[in-house]
Amino acid sequence: MTAHSHADGAAIHRRPGLIKRLAASNHLAGWAFVAPAVILIAVFALIPIGWSLLLSLQSNNLIAPGHYVGLANYRALAKDPLFRSAIGHTVVYTVIFVPVSIVGALGLAVALNRKIRGIRFYRLAVFVPLVTSTVATGIIFLWLLDPTFGLVNYVLSLLGLPQQQFLQDPNEALYCIVAMTVWGWLGFDVIIYLAALQGIPTELLEAAEIDGASRWSAFRSVVVPLLGPATLFLVVWSTINALQLFDEIYVTTRGGPLESTTVIVYYLYQQAFQFFNGGYGAAIAWVLFVAILIVTMFQLWVGRRRVYYMS
Amino acid sequence: MTVQPIAAPPERFPRLPDARPGGRTRLPFSPWHLFLAPMAAVMLVPLIWMVIVSLETQQQANGFPPVLIPTSLHFSNYPDAWNAVPFAHFFINSALYSLATVAGNLLFCSLAAYAFARIRFFGRDVLFVVLLATLMVPFQVILIPTFLIVKDLGLIDSVGGLIMPNLCSAFGIFMLRQFFRTLPIELEEAARIDGTSRLGILFKIVLPLSLPALATLGIIQFLWSWNDFLWPLIIINTASHAPLQLGLSTLQGAHFTAWNLLMAGTVMSQLPMLVIFLLAQRWFIRSIAFTGIKQ
Repeated sequence: MTAHSHADGAAIHRRPGLIKRLAASNHLAGWAFVAPAVILIAVFALIPIGWSLLLSLQSNNLIAPGHYVGLANYRALAKDPLFRSAIGHTVVYTVIFVPVSIVGALGLAVALNRKIRGIRFYRLAVFVPLVTSTVATGIIFLWLLDPTFGLVNYVLSLLGLPQQQFLQDPNEALYCIVAMTVWGWLGFDVIIYLAALQGIPTELLEAAEIDGASRWSAFRSVVVPLLGPATLFLVVWSTINALQLFDEIYVTTRGGPLESTTVIVYYLYQQAFQFFNGGYGAAIAWVLFVAILIVTMFQLWVGRRRVYYMS
Repeated sequence: MTVQPIAAPPERFPRLPDARPGGRTRLPFSPWHLFLAPMAAVMLVPLIWMVIVSLETQQQANGFPPVLIPTSLHFSNYPDAWNAVPFAHFFINSALYSLATVAGNLLFCSLAAYAFARIRFFGRDVLFVVLLATLMVPFQVILIPTFLIVKDLGLIDSVGGLIMPNLCSAFGIFMLRQFFRTLPIELEEAARIDGTSRLGILFKIVLPLSLPALATLGIIQFLWSWNDFLWPLIIINTASHAPLQLGLSTLQGAHFTAWNLLMAGTVMSQLPMLVIFLLAQRWFIRSIAFTGIKQ
């Protein structure tokens, strides 16, 4: 038999049983290729997921082996006023952070989608904060917002506005955290929106112009709907990240003043690694996970009904 | 008969003709500058201020009103910060952590992604979904057990303990699999007929064609590892084993009133990433845009 140009086809004609051997070598090869990844992910992700569920049913101080207490941790969480206020702070933070950063990013992206002189400098200026770490952001803003020596209060005094306590004021601290995290993350949203804006076919906007649409109504009726997929992605992504806020809190306020910036993950950190309530911490993590899951699924459900995909 | 001039083609949305000569605007520059310049200032002022304070003396830094333009540049803050905490160790630990996780991800995710994309093996689809499911679980859920596992492996307080859990992520597998599937399969089939092993196909054909995706994965992983804070916070106890961001926070803990020193330390810790970003802007931006555009 002459060899054909298709590997497996020729093999079939050449010798029976080769299919079985090739198939077997496929299974072996496949598993050999995925083995390192599977082992690593099994050990450092899959097993911890299951273990953490078990941990949440234990009383465990992370040093000695724990003992099972059933749903006691979850029942305690339901009654825990500190946990409830942590949820409140996290929700307030998220509900402000997500819309502010998305709307702000959209406006910035539209402004940056120009061919004016210096646009590359402006874009760079918006993107640079993205590569600074959360720790650096926290330290810089801690100093900027210092009530006595900070630059922001100095500028306020020049404008004749009253001095603020910012991160030392229980009523203002959380909003300061919003400001600093928006500063740090805006560039990400802008990049996504810029890329999406540049993917909008110009014919659609020209057609709108011919139909007599003003620039603003063309923006509202053509551009914004076409940015639907990008907006959905950013809403889901920003929400998931906002609900997991931790680093900036640790570096700036440590949950204070007066616990006003204690968010869920910070509370988890305190419980698990400062008070050594490992089981309690695990339960908090699972509640957070379920909350994120529900919120994300809701957002995707809304998105499915309202987002228009071009292709 | 006079020749009618051909009308200029309509200006293209949304790249508007901004500085219209003789048009409505009376400014010599585009009105967009009035919005963009303050925005750029807001984004850059914190960083510029960080640099300015890092060059002031402690009296200037802790003075009110703030010294906006220091009369002399107090560069000695930098060696002082460098010596106040083990900065050299911080850099080395971060470099090891970042490079190892990038290498690990590129290698293991490529192997696995290639198998998921091109090899039909038993349980492939179920396994893929299971691995992908790990992406949905927030890190805080696995934080405590991973800490216990790393403790049992004896890797607490070591760079190895930082690296091990981050050597391979389902995100990389997913991204590379999607990319590999877009490559034309004929090249690989031809190589298969020629007798090249699957490993050979991966390394000699598929990977060279996948450099953009590999670069994206590498950049994302590098940035993530370099700026990681929570995991090092949990497992590192000794200052000299800390990576950069954790180390920076120890500087903050030890010298929180010496803001000039602290800013110098912050500048030093952010400089590598800033430089890399400025040199490789296009790759960064492309990588980030890529994560948002996947179908």
